[in-house]
Amino acid sequence: MDSLEYEALGLKVGLELHFQLATRYKLFCRCPATLSEGEAKLRFERRLRPTQSELGEVDPAALFEFRKGLTIVYEADDRSTCLVELDEEPPHSINEEAVDIALTIALLLNARPVDEIHVMRKVVIDGSNTTGFQRTCVLALGGWIDLEGKRIGIQSICLEEDAARIVERRGDRVYYKLDRLGIPLVEVSTSPDIHSPSEAGSAALAIGKIVLSTGKVKSELGSIRQDVNISIRDGALVEVKGIQHLSLIPKVVENEVRRQVRLLELRDELRRRGLSKSSVDPTLYDVTDIFRQTRCKVVSRALESGGVVYALKLSGFRGLLSWLLNEGLRFGTELADYAVFWGRLGGIFHTDELPAYGISSSEVEALREAVGATDQDAIVIAAGSRDNVEDGLKAVAERVLIAFDGVPEETRRAEPTGVTRYMRPRPGAARMYPETDIPILVVDPRRIDHLRSNLPELPSIRVRKYVKEYGLSRKLAEELVASIYENLFEEVCRSFPSLPASVVASTLTETTTMLRRRGVPVDRVSTDRLYELFRFLAEGRMFKEAIPDILAHMAGKGVGVAEALEELGLKPLTDEELVEIVSEEVSRSGELIAKHRLNAVKIILGSIMKRYRGRVDASRLAKMIEDEVGRSIR
Amino acid sequence: MNRNPNLQGYKGRVRELLLSAGVEVGDEVRVVRDGEVYEGVLAPRIEYGGEDFIVVKLRSGYNIGVRVSDGKVQVEKLPARREVRYKSPVIPEAKATLPSVAILGTGGTIASRVDYRTGAVTPIFSADDLYGFTPELAGIARIDVETVFNIFSEDMTPKHWSIIAYKIGEYVSKGIDGIIVTHGTDTMGYTAAALSFALRNLPVPVILVGAQRSPDRPSSDAALNLIGAVTAAAYAPFAEVVVAMHKGLSDDEVAFHRGTRVRKCHTSRRDAFKSINSDQVAVYRDYKIEMLTEDYRRRGEDGFRVEAEFEERVALIKFYPGFDPKIIEWYIDDGYRGLVIEGTGLGHVSSRCIPALKRAVDSGVFVGMTSQCLWGRINMSVYRTGRELQAVGVVPLEDMLPETALVKLMWVLARVDDVGEARRLMLTNIAGEIFRRTSFRWYA
Ligand SMILES: [Zn+2]
Repeated sequence: MDSLEYEALGLKVGLELHFQLATRYKLFCRCPATLSEGEAKLRFERRLRPTQSELGEVDPAALFEFRKGLTIVYEADDRSTCLVELDEEPPHSINEEAVDIALTIALLLNARPVDEIHVMRKVVIDGSNTTGFQRTCVLALGGWIDLEGKRIGIQSICLEEDAARIVERRGDRVYYKLDRLGIPLVEVSTSPDIHSPSEAGSAALAIGKIVLSTGKVKSELGSIRQDVNISIRDGALVEVKGIQHLSLIPKVVENEVRRQVRLLELRDELRRRGLSKSSVDPTLYDVTDIFRQTRCKVVSRALESGGVVYALKLSGFRGLLSWLLNEGLRFGTELADYAVFWGRLGGIFHTDELPAYGISSSEVEALREAVGATDQDAIVIAAGSRDNVEDGLKAVAERVLIAFDGVPEETRRAEPTGVTRYMRPRPGAARMYPETDIPILVVDPRRIDHLRSNLPELPSIRVRKYVKEYGLSRKLAEELVASIYENLFEEVCRSFPSLPASVVASTLTETTTMLRRRGVPVDRVSTDRLYELFRFLAEGRMFKEAIPDILAHMAGKGVGVAEALEELGLKPLTDEELVEIVSEEVSRSGELIAKHRLNAVKIILGSIMKRYRGRVDASRLAKMIEDEVGRSIR
Repeated sequence: MNRNPNLQGYKGRVRELLLSAGVEVGDEVRVVRDGEVYEGVLAPRIEYGGEDFIVVKLRSGYNIGVRVSDGKVQVEKLPARREVRYKSPVIPEAKATLPSVAILGTGGTIASRVDYRTGAVTPIFSADDLYGFTPELAGIARIDVETVFNIFSEDMTPKHWSIIAYKIGEYVSKGIDGIIVTHGTDTMGYTAAALSFALRNLPVPVILVGAQRSPDRPSSDAALNLIGAVTAAAYAPFAEVVVAMHKGLSDDEVAFHRGTRVRKCHTSRRDAFKSINSDQVAVYRDYKIEMLTEDYRRRGEDGFRVEAEFEERVALIKFYPGFDPKIIEWYIDDGYRGLVIEGTGLGHVSSRCIPALKRAVDSGVFVGMTSQCLWGRINMSVYRTGRELQAVGVVPLEDMLPETALVKLMWVLARVDDVGEARRLMLTNIAGEIFRRTSFRWYA
């Protein structure tokens, strides 16, 4: 699809980009704003309940979780977590360093700071915040960025606390680590001004670059989780959460548009088949007896622990459960995701894919007979505890009903492939009320003036600077500014003046891009380790020819420079080793030298380099060979 | 036009501006300043904020403050949008066969609720409100709710203790199965001690309960504390005054502390209350009450009466290095009838204080000694100062908490005039406040 086709579909995209701030402390306490490697020292259990005023119009997923009796288990260590994260001490006043960074970002995005900052509580009761709400505040409104001549609106810039890290979910217990809770996050929300996947990608990148130019943002992968709101005409507003990398955004938008289009086509297909909501019979059939002797492991395991197998008949749906929505995502997958969420089931089986998974054709026949299905119908079955199976299949039936209308409003989760999966229903209007424990912060106009006169340079100005001050080519400078490594580049050049700036820049841009294209997870290498790599280079402990191999090894194995050098056998040759290799090679090349005289140097160099690439500095080696050959000629 | 519009917290010229625009808190408004437009709901102004701002709850739900000091601000009322109303939850009917429990409201964190539309926090107290955030209660007991008063815990006085005690008396005579008093946590320990002395021969449990996190938060400890308290009020075998609060950091157990032995020991944790020099009476877990001591008063005994008078001319004085004995003189001269000293260690004050204390005792003031160590027992025979203090008539109050000793002395002096009789009563165990034996388990 090209951009015109997206426009014809009425595609509207809004971005919610999050950036973790590299402040010294967390947002509302004096814990360090870094994740902890330490062992959890403390474990405790909590329950969160929908609060009073909410019961009328509560987030259905939250209420559901509560009724299901979700127990939240928190793990805390003493270094990263204090009583504030435990919800055992009121929050301290807001971290002014974080406010300054966020206001700087707001100014760079042409937004208007508010006069007074009011911290709010946004209710979230999945356990990711011990309080049951996320503390958040709007710092600025109404900005914009210029994207190749088009203006993209910025609705708001918010400062908020990051959530706890989920460790695992087992049955009705969910486990969280508290170290991340409270690290400051800046959220930049755009207006729904974006009309194509590629535009979404470039807008995200442009905003990301502007935000990173503060130098106060953590740029490591994983410290950023992006949300995108996507809708098309006749479709629905779908919120996709947890996109792990900015570069994945266009793919996610593309997939989501396709998914919505395919759901609309499914709606039309249902009409074409003459089906309507009233033809969906929500009756659940107990078909446990059919599977007493089954070879299907999932089912027999469920039955062994006293479970049941229920069936839901979908009249006229034959083939529609395999209806393809996205690569690897069928309508049946959507139904399964509903069953998993609402019924805590492992999944469902349906007749469009049976017999399979150990379920025999005679079992399928018996199933059809038991529910009175013709070969035009589809049947969904689920195995597990009676409660879970009932809840799960009820959710499936409800999802099937929505198919007659088209696309449901949902919150979806982005997979690393860019395909989205059902996560939960969209929360109602965000429940927000004032955080009365934190004083209102008046934004002094002099504070804004001060920040405004100390703004970091914008990308275009920085390109000019790198060309002028560091002698980079314009192309290299632009690539550097577009990368996430700009701050590292300056730091390395400052620390190691002997390294040519162009080598540092091309390593951080061309080399990483090349490796990324080859599928090397180079973004996994932390900036600290990259810095270490340049230190080794500056100290002559490795050579620039070895950079690609070493970097690839560091990324793949998750090791440091020293280990990579060791494991790859790329430690530089010592002077003694070099002298020996050169003299041996030269003495072996008598004929060659006799024939080509000094021109033999190049050939000898090539042959040595072939064996020792990355372990020796080529120009120094050439000089040594030249001397040795000169000596032998004499 | 509304003659008395709700402009909660707005003062001065901002209030004038809002008045002339004919808007009040909760209205949809448009605020325009220098061409910048803010639309949303007019939110109340919190008292401690500066005067020159209008608070707007934006459509996104966020509040912001708009500065109006430069005067170029227009406020306009917009038509009301769809009202988001609080729908009362369906209240499950409690079965007639369940025990009856009365909940008496006195205020505090446990009885507040937030208005989500404006963000105002308001006091609540009705059975519906309670069921609203803890629907489980209906399955435990039939509950009567009565608001006795609604004050902050720090505004509580001995007169309030009396009112609560007589109110409890009314319910006990009606044959209630258990009573709960919701209370702010800061002085809940004092009230618990006061009720322990005032309610003589109690036939049912009286349970004080509070919250360290208000019920407008999903993480509030109020719900579990209330469930534990109601369960105990309805079913527990003990008939004593206790405080019910979280046992630990987890939302699983509620500890019941004897009213004369309990103290708030942490400013903010939900397990802030500890039993000192005593075991906890019981613990709640999973709708069950487990007794932790055999030494408790059983339900259903006869002879219940309320004796809820307190002498207020009694003081608790904390000794510290450099303490000026003139402080004691002041109390004597002001006509105080009793002093509880919170001394150091085993029960000491500087020997400089001895003349003043002698004068107090000689002029008929009861003087008792407790320890600022809290844990452990007074012993004024080990060091010379202690022996001298005893010689002038200072009474060592054993293992009594300083606050409990204060409350007990108020109660005792309201009943007897004779200092000798007061001394005898102060050293007699009346409500579990004095034990003669100290277990090695009773520490931190
Ligand atoms: Zn902390």
